[in-house]
Formats: sequence, structure tokens, C-alpha cells
Amino acid sequence: MAVTTLDAPAEAKTLSLRLSPGLRSASPVLVLLVLGFLAPLVTVAAYAFATPKSFDVFRTFTLANFAAIVDPANTVWTSFAWSLLFAFITVALLAIVAYPIAYGLNRVFGRFSGLVSVLFVFPLFVSENVRLYGWVLFFIKNGVLDGAMKWLGLGAGPEVLYTPGIILFGMAYVYLPFMLFPMTLGIAMIPRDLVDAARDLGASRLMIWREVELPLAMPGILIGMLLTFVLAAGAIAEAKILGGQSVIMIAQDIEVAFTYAQNWPLGSALALILVAIVSGLALFVLSRLDLDRILGRR
Amino acid sequence: MDSIGQARTRAFIRLWTALVLVAIYLPILCGALAGLSKGRYFGFPVRAFSLEWWQKTVDSFEIHTLVQNSLLIALIVTVVSVFFAFFGALAFARYDWKGRRLFQKVLLLPVFFPQPVLGLALLLWFNALGISPSWQTAVVAHLVWIVPVVTLVIAIQVYSFDPTLEEAAADLGASRLFILREVTLPILWPGIWSGALFAFLLSWGNFPLSLYTAGVDSTIPKWLYSKMVAGYTPMVPALGTMSTLAAAALLLGGGAVLAIVRRRQA
Repeated sequence: MAVTTLDAPAEAKTLSLRLSPGLRSASPVLVLLVLGFLAPLVTVAAYAFATPKSFDVFRTFTLANFAAIVDPANTVWTSFAWSLLFAFITVALLAIVAYPIAYGLNRVFGRFSGLVSVLFVFPLFVSENVRLYGWVLFFIKNGVLDGAMKWLGLGAGPEVLYTPGIILFGMAYVYLPFMLFPMTLGIAMIPRDLVDAARDLGASRLMIWREVELPLAMPGILIGMLLTFVLAAGAIAEAKILGGQSVIMIAQDIEVAFTYAQNWPLGSALALILVAIVSGLALFVLSRLDLDRILGRR
Repeated sequence: MDSIGQARTRAFIRLWTALVLVAIYLPILCGALAGLSKGRYFGFPVRAFSLEWWQKTVDSFEIHTLVQNSLLIALIVTVVSVFFAFFGALAFARYDWKGRRLFQKVLLLPVFFPQPVLGLALLLWFNALGISPSWQTAVVAHLVWIVPVVTLVIAIQVYSFDPTLEEAAADLGASRLFILREVTLPILWPGIWSGALFAFLLSWGNFPLSLYTAGVDSTIPKWLYSKMVAGYTPMVPALGTMSTLAAAALLLGGGAVLAIVRRRQA
């Protein structure tokens, strides 16, 4: 008995020595992710299978919450549909808006590109509520747009607030940096001499873009698309602040289930479905990318 | 022909970028305008400016508590996340080890995750552990999201790091701790510094995680949201503007230090 207790620490010591330097360095982060990310997700999964409107997690197992979600009498699927549709449109909009800027950061702005990047990073540090509320002040009746148009004698401003369109606008606005920076890294991966070679061989600019630049920049673009899709699918503030409940997003249904309705198992089941869609997509795309190349290892 | 086309493309890119930047800062300016207007309700063009609402915000005891909470959370998050992320980044980019590819992907998952859902999941988990939410649990929640981001920021610096420098030091008889202090840390310093800046600023502005995990302890973004939903006062845009200015000042100051660090290295 005494021998085994003495042996145990010695064995643990040789084991820790055998850990590779990489695993040893990774361990603090891994512990944090297990306790702060994996464990909460397991808890959500456990609640998703608990009796509806109860708090007795781990004691019961039922599919009632999922049955309630797919019940045709329940309209929660419309929130899923809206969220996924809006996420798709946001990704498409941002790909178009961000590409010229990402290209410019690599090829056009020269020594100013550092400054321009900082200008695009900064909004990330301002709470999105504050920025979205600024748009309310811009678009509201007697706000900046309406007031300025009346003052100039152009009549009343357009009433765009509390419509689905403004929610899309808000989402594109908030998630722009998440598309822009991966895209910029992607475009940085295009070797310049390859473009020059293509030009020397007589390729047109459209052809160079389609056949050389776009495929080489694709890993970064894909990361940007994935990131913005996932974040937009879980968006909530845009619909609440700008959209005025004209569209109910799935994250809002989840929140309502947790707060007002006090139905944690239903909220967990909804969250679990969203997580499955989102992380399934994330893992699928990430498994096809070489992160070392994108982030700069030669 | 081609060069004319290229010049046009460049002009278009400059114009487009300028337009998008105007759109990005427009709402922030609108908020600043509302906080500086006299009167309870905002109207444009602004009839009279006054510092009344700024004064009320600065004097408010409630706001002092919010600033303290936000500051405390951000400071702790910065220190802890830089420590975690420094080693995380070495594992991400410096060492070749068996689990590296998997580690790289697992690390990205919290970043690629809707934050409101993460906040609610953490709330359930704290509840299951019997911990009531407070600013301390908000620190944990911020860490789950911010440590991976900071790890990526530092990892980009690690990629440009030449591992043979460490090996040369080891061959010359330097101890592990000595190598870390004299070789590894100085080279990675710009990455660590920008990582710390990111950690602080992201925690300072974070709303969805604080909303669910800070319990009764409110933060600046949380208070702003609750007042936007009900009980609006012009203190909302005033505090929003002040918080934005504080972040900008920190970014400028941090950027200046970073530029000095880089120059000294060059």
C-alpha cells in the first residue's frame, strides 16, 4: 500500500517529462477550453434532454423538447429559417463589400495600409449596442437623416427602421471586420510573381483574377465567410435594436426560453440545434484548410 | 490600356474604402452628437449643444460602479489571457507536436461560436456548479472567448520567429528560463503587446457574454443596453461616447508603445 502511494508521484513525474513541449504549452489553454467551453456545451446537451419546464437535469431523459420544436403548431422553425437566410445574405453582401478593401490593404494603400487596418479594427472594441444605437439615431424620425433632409427641403427621410432590410444592414455593418481580415490574409497569400507571369503570358485581368488570384486567396476568403456566417446565424442585437421585432431571430427565441419563459430545457434544445448546424459547418470547412499557411508559416 | 484600367481600379478601391469607413464611423458620430445635445430628446439639426449630460454621467455614482466593474474585468482578463495565450501560441505555431493540427482547430471553435449562445451555456454550467453569476464569472466567460483570439494574435508573431535562435542559445549552455527571458520573450514582445491590447479592448466592449454571466454586477455595455430598451436618457449616448473615446485613447497609446517596441527591435 505504502509502496503504491510512493510510486504514484514518481510515475506522474516521468509522465509529465514525457509530454511534448507542444502539449505542455497547450495545456493551460486546453484546460480552459474543457472547463469553459466543452463543459458548458455538455450542460446544454444535458438540459436539452430534461423534462420540459423543469430544472431536474441529469435525472430524466426525454425527447419532448425536440418534439415540441418540430411540432407543426410551433412556429419556431421560422426563426431558424430567418436566421440562416439572413446569415447567407450577410455573407454574400460582405464578400462583395470587403473584397475591394482587402485587395487595397494588400496592393493599393502601401504604407497607409497599417492605418487603414486600425481604422477597421477599432469598431470591434466599441460595444455593438453603441454602434447599432447610433444607426437608430441616424434613421429615426427627426434623427440625423430625416432632420437633414427636412432642413434641406427634400421632404421626410425614408422609413427604414424596424424593417427586415435594416437588420441585414446592421448585420453586415457589425460583422465586416470578421470578413475583412481573413480575406486580407488570404489575398496576402497570392505570390506576386505568379500574377506577373500570368500577365506576361497574355492573360486578361479578369482571367488572372478568376484563374490565379481567387483560387489562391480562397482559404482566407472561406475563413471569413465561415466566421461571418456563424456569427450572423447567432446574431440577436441587430434584430432587437434596429429591427424592432419585425423579424425574430433564433438567438432571440433561445433567450426568451431561458429568461421570460423559464423553460431551460426547451432553450437548450434550440441552442443545441443551432450549435450542431454552426459547428458542423465550422468543422467541415476548417478540416479543409491549412492554418499554418494562412497565418504565415513558410 | 492596362495601366489606365489599373489606375481606375485603384481609384475605385480608394473611394470604396473611404465610403465604407465613413459608414463605419457615422453611427459613432451620431451618438456623440446626441450626448452633446441639450434637451431630453434628440433632434437634428441640433439646436443647442451642452455638456449637461456629460456632467451628469461623470457625476453619477451608478456609472462609477459600472466603470470600476468593466475596468476590473478587463484588467484581469488581459493579464490572465496573455499568460494562457503566450504558451498557447507556442503550441499553435512554434512546436511540431502530434496534436497540433487538432489543437489549432479546437482553439478556433469558441471564436467561431455565437456569443449569446456561449453566454447562456456558461450560465447553465455555472448554475449546475452552484456558482451564482457575478463579475468573477464574467471574467471566466470573457476568457473563454478572448484567450483564443489573443492566441491567434500572438501566434502570427510566433510564425515569424526563427527557432534556431533558441537552439543556438541552448547549445551555448543557456538554461530554459534564461532562453525564455533573453531570447523568446524579447522577440515575441510586439505580438504579446498587441495581444494584451486586444484582450483589454475586447473585454471592455463585450456585451453578450457579460449580459448572461455577470449576474447583478453590471458593466458599461450591459447598462447601455438596459437603458436603450427601457428608460432612455441622453446619458446613454454620452456614456457610449466616453467609453468609445477611452478605447480609442488606449488603442492610440498602445499603438505608440508598440511602434517604439518595434523600432527598438529593428
